[in-house]
Amino acid sequence: MKSFDYVITDPVGIHARPAGILVKEVKNYKDSTITLTKGEKTVNLLKLMALMQMGIKQGDKVTVTVEGGDEEAVCAKIEEFFKANM
Amino acid sequence: MISIQGKGVSTGVAAGPLYFYQRAKATIHRYEIVDVDAEWARFKAAQAKAIEQLGVLAEKAREEAGDEAAMLFETHQLMAEDLDYEEAIEELIKNEKQNAESVVTDVAAQFAEMFASMDDSYMQARAADVKDVSTRIITILSGVVQGGIDSDVPVILAADDLAPSETVQLDKSKILGFITAGGSGSSHTAILARTMGIPAIIGVGDQLKPEYEGREVIADGGTGNVVIDPDEPTRDRLMAKRAELLKRQELLNQLKGLPNETKDGKTVRIYCNIGNPEDVHAVLENDGAGIGLFRSEFLYLNCDDYPTEDYQFEAYKKVLSDMGGKEVVIRTLDIGADKMIEYFQLPKEENPALGNRALRICLNRPEIFHTQLRALYRASAYGRLSIMFPMVTSVWEVKEAKKMCEQVKAELTAEGIPYSDEVDVGIMIETPAAAVISDRLAKIVDFFSIGTNDLTQYTLACDRQNNDLGRFFNAHHPAVLRLIKMVAENAHKAGIWCGICGELGADLELTETFLSIGVDELSVSPRAVLPLRQKVRETTVADVQEKLVANLMSDENDI
Repeated sequence: MKSFDYVITDPVGIHARPAGILVKEVKNYKDSTITLTKGEKTVNLLKLMALMQMGIKQGDKVTVTVEGGDEEAVCAKIEEFFKANM
Repeated sequence: MISIQGKGVSTGVAAGPLYFYQRAKATIHRYEIVDVDAEWARFKAAQAKAIEQLGVLAEKAREEAGDEAAMLFETHQLMAEDLDYEEAIEELIKNEKQNAESVVTDVAAQFAEMFASMDDSYMQARAADVKDVSTRIITILSGVVQGGIDSDVPVILAADDLAPSETVQLDKSKILGFITAGGSGSSHTAILARTMGIPAIIGVGDQLKPEYEGREVIADGGTGNVVIDPDEPTRDRLMAKRAELLKRQELLNQLKGLPNETKDGKTVRIYCNIGNPEDVHAVLENDGAGIGLFRSEFLYLNCDDYPTEDYQFEAYKKVLSDMGGKEVVIRTLDIGADKMIEYFQLPKEENPALGNRALRICLNRPEIFHTQLRALYRASAYGRLSIMFPMVTSVWEVKEAKKMCEQVKAELTAEGIPYSDEVDVGIMIETPAAAVISDRLAKIVDFFSIGTNDLTQYTLACDRQNNDLGRFFNAHHPAVLRLIKMVAENAHKAGIWCGICGELGADLELTETFLSIGVDELSVSPRAVLPLRQKVRETTVADVQEKLVANLMSDENDI
C-alpha cells in the first residue's frame, strides 16, 4: 500500500469537472484500488458521484491511497496528476 | 404590450416569435418483472446507448463551444456508468423485481436529493445533471423520441427549464434567445447560452403564459426584460439597443484576445473598474486583463452595520477566484464626501470633500480598517490581490497604513491563516499634494493609480457635483495633464507602474497623450475596454509623442 497527502489548490475544489477528469485518469490503472480519504470519509476514486459528494474544497487536505498493481509507480503518477490538475 | 421581468443571464437583445419547447414526456409505468436478468440486460443496453449519445453530444459541444462545454457531457457519461448509481439500480431490479424505468426514476431522485442537500450551491445545482442523465436512460428504455423545435422560422424559445442535453441538441439556427421560468445563473442553460452568445432570461416564473405562443417578443438578456407585442417606441428603443450590441459584438469578435499594442509596438494594460462581485462577468466578457479598481464601498453600503470580516472575506475571495489569477486591485474603503453611510455616524461637515473621508477615516478609526485589511489578506490566498489606499496626501499616512498591513500579516501568521506573500500595496494619486510628492511616495509603494475625477476637482478647486461649474471643470486642463505626466515619470524613476483609474482613462481623445507619457495601465468600465483597445491599436506613438508631450508645456495648450 502506498499513499500521499495533498492539499487541494484548485479554487473550485473537486467540482464536477475536476472530479470527472480524475475518475477518467484513475480508470487507467485497472490493477490498483485507488481511494481518497478526507477526514473520516474514504471514497473509491472510480466513483464519480461519491467523490463529488465529498464536497472537497480548496485548502482541504486529502490522502490518496493505492493498493495492488504497481503501487509505487501508480502512486507517483496519481500524485503528479493531482499536482497538475487539483 | 405586456412586459415581464426575469433575470438576464446572457446579454443581447433578441426579437422574434415566442415558441414553447416541446418536450417528449415519457410516462413512467411501474410494474413487477419476471425475468430479472433480461430486465438488467435491458438497463445495461440503455445505459450503453446513453453513454454513446453523450459521446456524440460531447463532440458536438466541443465543436460549438470548446473543451469546457464538452467536459460537461463527459461528466454525464461518467455519471451514467457510476458504480454506486449502477449498483443501486441493479439492487432494485434484482431484489425488488421492479421494471428498469421506475428503478432509474427512483434512483435518480435519490442521488439528486443527495446533491441537493449539500451545503454548496454549485453542488446543489448538480442534482439537475443526475436527473438529466437518468431521463436520457429512461427515454431510451421507453423508446420515446426527443422533443425539439418544430418551426420553420427562428424563434425565442420558452421552457420551464432546459436540461443541458436539451440545449445542446437544439437546432441553433432556429433559436434567437431563451426564456425560462426557472433556472439559476449558474445553470447549464445560462452557461451554454453565454458561451454560444444567445441572450437568455431566466426565472420569469408563471408570468410567461402559454397563450403567448407565436406572438412577437423582444427579450433583453442584459436587463432581463421581456416584452410581448411591443408598441412602436419600445420596439424602436430595443431594436436600437440590439443594433448597438451587435456592433459591439462585432468589435469584440475582431479584438478579443488581441494585445493592447500600438502600431509601433508599445503596450498598455487595460483593466476594469468594478463596484461589486457580479461585475466580474462583464470584465471577462469584455476581455479585461484584470481589475484596476474594485471599489469596496458596496460592502458597506449594502449593510445596516459594519460588515464583518467573514462577510468581506467571502466577497473578496469570490472576485479573486472568479478572476482566476488575474490581478485584482481592491481599493480600501472610500467613503465620506459624496458617499455617506448612516451607521458610520460621521458628523456633518462644511466641506466634506476636504474633510474626513477615505483613508483619513481608516486611520482615525483603525478598528474598521483592521477588519477590512484582515479580510483582504485572508482573501489574498485565492488569487492575485493588490491593495490600494485612496485619498493620500502625505508620506506618513501611507507608512501608517502599511504598518497596519504588516500587523495584520503578523496576526494571520500567528493564527496559522494562509495569505499571499505577494500582495502589492499601492496608492491612488488623486490630490495635488500626492502628485507633487509622488517622487517620495513612489519609494514606499508598489504602484500608483491616478484618480482623475478627484485629482481634477482638487487641482481646479472645482466641485464636480456642482452643475453650474461645468465649464470650469475641465479634465483636459493642462494642470491636470502635467500632474499626470509628472506622476508617471516619478513612478518610472522609482521602477513602479503607474495607471489611471478615473474616467479620463477611457477618454479616447487622451489615449495618445497617455501612451506618449508612458502610462502603464488604464482601468476603465468593462464596456470601454474594446473601444480603447481599438484606439490603442490604431495609434503610432512615435508619430505623436514629441508633439503631445511638448504640447503639455506649450502655450498652444492654453485654455
